[in-house]
Amino acid sequence: MKKYTYTEKKDTRSGFGAGLAELGRKNPNVVALCADLIGSLKMDEFIKENPERFFQIGIAEANMMGIAAGLTIGGKIPFTGTFANFSTGRVYDQIRQSIAYSGKNVKICASHAGLTLGEDGATHQILEDIGLMKMLPGMVVINPCDYNQTKAATIAIADHQGPVYLRFGRPSVPIFTPADQKFEIGKAIMLNEGTDVTIVATGHLVWEAIQAGEALEAKGITAEIINIHTIKPLDEEAILKSVKKTGCIVTCEEHNYLGGLGESVAGLLARNTPVPQEFVAVNDSFGESGTPAQLMEKYGLNSQSIVLAAEKVLKRK
Amino acid sequence: MSNIQQLNDLATQVRRDILRMVHKVNSGHPGGSLGCTEFFVALYNEIMDLKEGFDMDGTGEDLFFLSNGHISPVYYSILARKGYFPIEELNTFRLIDSRLQGHPTTHEGLPGIRISSGSLGQGMSVAIGAAQAKKLNNDNHLVYSLHGDGELQEGQNWEAIMYAAAKNVDNLIATIDYNGQQIDGPTDQVLYMGDLKAKFEAFGWDVIEIKHGNDLETIIKGLNEAKSRTGKRKPVCILLHTVMGHGVDFMMHTHAWHGKAPNDEQLEKALSQNPETLGDY
Repeated sequence: MKKYTYTEKKDTRSGFGAGLAELGRKNPNVVALCADLIGSLKMDEFIKENPERFFQIGIAEANMMGIAAGLTIGGKIPFTGTFANFSTGRVYDQIRQSIAYSGKNVKICASHAGLTLGEDGATHQILEDIGLMKMLPGMVVINPCDYNQTKAATIAIADHQGPVYLRFGRPSVPIFTPADQKFEIGKAIMLNEGTDVTIVATGHLVWEAIQAGEALEAKGITAEIINIHTIKPLDEEAILKSVKKTGCIVTCEEHNYLGGLGESVAGLLARNTPVPQEFVAVNDSFGESGTPAQLMEKYGLNSQSIVLAAEKVLKRK
Repeated sequence: MSNIQQLNDLATQVRRDILRMVHKVNSGHPGGSLGCTEFFVALYNEIMDLKEGFDMDGTGEDLFFLSNGHISPVYYSILARKGYFPIEELNTFRLIDSRLQGHPTTHEGLPGIRISSGSLGQGMSVAIGAAQAKKLNNDNHLVYSLHGDGELQEGQNWEAIMYAAAKNVDNLIATIDYNGQQIDGPTDQVLYMGDLKAKFEAFGWDVIEIKHGNDLETIIKGLNEAKSRTGKRKPVCILLHTVMGHGVDFMMHTHAWHGKAPNDEQLEKALSQNPETLGDY
């Protein structure tokens, strides 16, 4: 098992803030919009350096999505910022008609996704956003795993022509990807080559998958671990190639198992090479208040859950 | 184009286009389309500063956004007759493989359209965004938008109305098609909206009322007045009093023709009231 270490933990939303600030310096067409959550989205630096290119919308997310669509007419590249719940479910029709169907170059940047938002509870813990966004034709869906990757993804999506949903979170998580790693939309990253089981993970679950890989190794199981930062377009080649070798797969995500990465992978496998699959995901429920660690444990989204899922899927081979 | 007779001839021809389009596919929205015909004729031929050709960014020209996308027949006819796409293409309205979808979209690449609309209440936000992009680009051209009065029942409008005033979006002229009708009946019966002028003013807009929204000279005067009020720190609203179904006697003053096509006999009667002027497509 390849060794992954870290010296610092940081929130992925800060990676977004840093990426946005860098974009502000290098791309004059990048503009930012926020619905009264500047601090939570870490947008302060961009705003300080580019006050004329920032639009404080107030608590009006539908209006924000429409204004973002309008700003593209005139060549701007708008980055909208609010919580994942208010970035998707609340404004689905605005995104669908004014952004996706209209083919507008809007980057929907969503923080506090999933259970790890913590104590605010289920009203804010959206576990359906990946599904909502991936169903929109033409929408790119990205869920990076740490600070460095979120920063790189933020910078990369400015060069992609078309709507993007970028999902990140609130808690501090280990920074283990290289700061200079290039972010390629739709290109999975091989973290560890193995032969017994494929583990694909997205977002905060990537680090947990690495931990699980180490635990499995101690039990004599070699896991192939792949970081799927882009859920749409899915790196089908990487997944199919891996399961051809391992013959089984575990998918890991901080999302409902319905509509998420696991479902995309299941569809891919069904259309190509059906193999046993286990889902490490929320089992079609809402979340609740608690600390991120408590919630990830209770809802079965930590490394121990991945180990159990791997052992289970191995028996189904 | 400049004299009123020519503009009225165009309006009559546009009416014929609308009626023939919806009749052919037995679907579409003639009522609001007919009611807004003069507005579109005036806007595209007398008011907006438009450049040759079409590009999505629209820098260096005025922009128009249709929020109440169901009145696509009038929009398509005006765009075709302005030269954005071949007039014959009106024949494909609502048919399979057409660029003229039931509601306007950018998706099929129809020149002249910059946003998809149909799901109501979204156009004002888009127009505001485009207006703010113009300011960032130091482009002094204006942004125009059209909204149904019933459409104002959608809450997003009021987010947008509040925002535009707060942020001094003064290069925007939003027109409300004030015909008092919506699908289920008169707006005041479906959901009484009170004093719209007072509401817009209370939100901080400069409001102009055009009492005869189906009279070209009145509309042109009103739109020019609206233009003169831009750049003064307030967004401008026009309450355009129109008659749904205007120009076809049996379609006027009722919501019955909001989304209903005429049959053969009704078409013939309607066309006889709007004789061919510039040539049918």
